[in-house]
Amino acid sequence: MTLVIVLIAVAAVLLVSGGVVVGTRSRRRAPALPRTGAPRPGAPRPPTSPPTSPPVMAATEPETSSTPETQTARPVLRDRLGRARGLLAGYFDQVRGRGGIDEATFEELEEALILADVGVSTTTRVLGDLRDKLRDGALSVTDPPALLQALQDDLASMFEGDVESLAYADGDGPTVWLFVGVNGVGKTTTIGKLALRETRAGRGVVLAAGDTFRAAAGEQLESWAERAGARIVRGSDGADPSSVIFDAVQHAASRGAGLVLADTAGRLHTKVNLMDELRKVRRVAERPPGQLTEVLLVLDATTGQNGVVQARQFTEAVGVTGIVLTKLDGTAKGGVVLAIRSELGLPIKLVGVGEGPADLVVFDPVEFVSALFG
Amino acid sequence: MFDTLTDRFDAIFTRLRGRGRLGDAEVAEVLREIRVALLEADVNLAVVRDLIEAIRVRCTGAELAKHLTPAQQVIKVVNEELTATLGGEALKISYASKPPTVVLLAGLQGSGKTTASAKLARWFRQQGRHPYLIGADLQRPAAVEQLRVLGAEIGVGVFSEPTDPVSVARGGLAEAQRLGRDVVIVDTAGRLAIDRELMDEVRRVSQALRPNYTFFVVDAMTGQDAVQTAEAFHQALQLDGIILTKVDGDARGGAALSVKQVVGRPIAFLSTGERIADFETFHPDRLASRILGMGDVLSLIEKAEREYDEEVTGQALERLQTGTFTLDDFLDQLRQLKKMGPLTGLLSLMPGVPREVRDAKVDDRDVGKIEAIICSMTPLERTDPTVLDGSRRLRIAHGSGTSTTEVNNLLRQFKEMKKMMRGIGPMAKLVGGGRPGNPSKSSKGSRKKVKGGRVTPSSRGLGPTR
Ligand SMILES: Nc1nc2c(ncn2[C@@H]2O[C@H](COP(=O)(O)OP(=O)(O)OP(=O)(O)O)[C@@H](O)[C@H]2O)c(=O)[nH]1
Ligand SMILES: Nc1nc2c(ncn2[C@@H]2O[C@H](COP(=O)(O)OP(=O)(O)O)[C@@H](O)[C@H]2O)c(=O)[nH]1
Ligand SMILES: [Mg+2]
Ligand SMILES: [Mg+2]
Repeated sequence: MTLVIVLIAVAAVLLVSGGVVVGTRSRRRAPALPRTGAPRPGAPRPPTSPPTSPPVMAATEPETSSTPETQTARPVLRDRLGRARGLLAGYFDQVRGRGGIDEATFEELEEALILADVGVSTTTRVLGDLRDKLRDGALSVTDPPALLQALQDDLASMFEGDVESLAYADGDGPTVWLFVGVNGVGKTTTIGKLALRETRAGRGVVLAAGDTFRAAAGEQLESWAERAGARIVRGSDGADPSSVIFDAVQHAASRGAGLVLADTAGRLHTKVNLMDELRKVRRVAERPPGQLTEVLLVLDATTGQNGVVQARQFTEAVGVTGIVLTKLDGTAKGGVVLAIRSELGLPIKLVGVGEGPADLVVFDPVEFVSALFG
Repeated sequence: MFDTLTDRFDAIFTRLRGRGRLGDAEVAEVLREIRVALLEADVNLAVVRDLIEAIRVRCTGAELAKHLTPAQQVIKVVNEELTATLGGEALKISYASKPPTVVLLAGLQGSGKTTASAKLARWFRQQGRHPYLIGADLQRPAAVEQLRVLGAEIGVGVFSEPTDPVSVARGGLAEAQRLGRDVVIVDTAGRLAIDRELMDEVRRVSQALRPNYTFFVVDAMTGQDAVQTAEAFHQALQLDGIILTKVDGDARGGAALSVKQVVGRPIAFLSTGERIADFETFHPDRLASRILGMGDVLSLIEKAEREYDEEVTGQALERLQTGTFTLDDFLDQLRQLKKMGPLTGLLSLMPGVPREVRDAKVDDRDVGKIEAIICSMTPLERTDPTVLDGSRRLRIAHGSGTSTTEVNNLLRQFKEMKKMMRGIGPMAKLVGGGRPGNPSKSSKGSRKKVKGGRVTPSSRGLGPTR
């Protein structure tokens, strides 16, 4: 403390006289006082914004899922999650088994949400709302299972009004879906799975190998193209990703293929030059004849609170329209998407539940939420 | 993005000034803040609980070092606890007496195993070894091709064949022996901890190879799940160390703390970028301050402990409070400050400094001018500036190579400062409450310097093509 006070005294002289010497600072500048920093009020939460760009043409969804092979091949999220259940089993039996609702009930709910990566602030908010409702009688439950159900309903309702299906262009040009995200989250694999789903639905699909950076990224996508019976456009290693995507759109247009799935190299949202590169990719992807209808942020379910920052930065750079949550077949719960949903209004579109071609399902808020408490 | 912990603590302590000892209530409040900070950094809930308990024990009833604010004091304790948890025995590679030394990498999908394999190979070569890579990921499309490209880039041979991971491991080991390679690094497919079949497979690879080192590769962005996954891998493979990847982002990396705690084996390496050269051995202190989001404050505390002369400063404060602070005292303090580094940086480190001051640019040349001005004064003038008439001021300006305006500014500001400090003097004493005979210089010896709270230099990865 001694040190700090003296430092500040010295600083006060330095700053002000130094400032006047260079002539830029007002001479009446208040001297630096220690500990004037008033307690900063908690930053007010921004209001929840509505989902960006309501996608169109949900009609194709039932069409794909009605083909017999996808129906058998596509696993239900619930089944997959079942594998993870053993590890956390019993956690919620505690809550359910108790007699009445008390402070401990709320504490256990809080722990479960935090362990699911929902994050402290979102957890505090949703539980606060729940308490309020309980207090002012808007909610009348007396036993823990009912309270848990009410919480799950609240959480699921956060996704109300979201459109999970992906949008297709309404004009002639090929639809372009762009995939972005940090390294290793599952962009290429998701594209591979979608390529299969879309070719099975009878669409002409072109894959754009926009990851020209990572070793053998093109080969990886190529083997998915083979599996799916889709075309692929590749550039040489280190080629400009936007030119690869441009070529892919041209190729799709000339062949009459309706859909371009554009892969990009994983990049951390903190790398300014790489985010600039991605902005350029986006600009090229929306050039006619291509019509960019989705920019999908792929997010790994194991991601913690950094997921919010990722979503914010990618949205700011390239206007993300929805999230693909991968690796939900593991023990991680992916709860960070709740924080992302409430801050940025981004809908969750698809969920990855394995490495196989059929391991992709449409996001279901109710299933997702109940799995949080698995 | 996040407020630093100091900002939050300052706010709390502002409400609680006037104690030399932290009471239970204050400690509880601060601990709540620490808990939130740790959870926001993705430290596992159970690990947070243990840590908070350890910190509570150390903070309750703790004597305050007199040169630190209560906030700094608490932060120091927290940082020491975190560093202790993260650190401990560093991993020292000892090579197998009968080569090759076998290193196995395992982890979740996409955590960075293949990249780390190549980086590790390069690292071993820098240690004068002859590494060899084995690609045992036959699962992911083009995984072996990826390793081959990386191997070619660093000039290290890669073995793989499209059979099964156990045969590849055996074959690769035999080939390495035939080629006389002394280190073998085995890349495996990513797998989920609950995937029985694949966990069993990697266990069989491990049994076939009997690796000298098994590293768990974990992404710095991982959340709460890190603990469960690490536990399962540890159970299956008896891990020897951890490689933390993607540290070049802005994740706080709390998962590393959880994993370290659960596995009880050292964090051996950091992967700090996509290029093969982006790889370092691990320093626990840097990560600790990053998890807390407060490296800057820590470096101030450390600088203060290292550089500041407690005696001289104590006297200076007393004179400030009694109004007998002279330009000589000021000069002393200024010189002490200069020892601590560029002043702009220093100001930004100070807690409780208003934002506009903190962000102000102080030109170190101005500091030189001020020093020159004071040095051109006689001892009498320094003790009693009231004798400074116009001609004396002119002489001083000439002597110091400055102008009379500059001399005047300094004198006026010095006077204002004295007035101001007299006002806050008694209060400061209450806040500080330093007790005699507790200089608290004990713990600093072994700690390394924290550089700006960033784990990696910010210049990384800015080239146009990475
Ligand atoms: N920014 C950054 N990217 C990294 C780092 N380490 C690996 N990556 C990238 O992360 C992605 C996944 O890395 P891989 O080495 O392929 O990971 P893996 O664990 O082998 O992945 P699978 O074999 O698919 O399970 C790639 O895009 C890498 O370039 C790192 O330290 N920083
Ligand atoms: N278990 C599981 N693994 C996945 C899933 N999606 C992708 N992966 C794996 O995660 C790793 C990284 O995926 P990749 O598509 O290469 O990521 P990219 O770097 O974002 O393109 C690969 O090993 C994939 O097989 C998923 O939903 N579940
Ligand atoms: Mg990829
Ligand atoms: Mg790999």
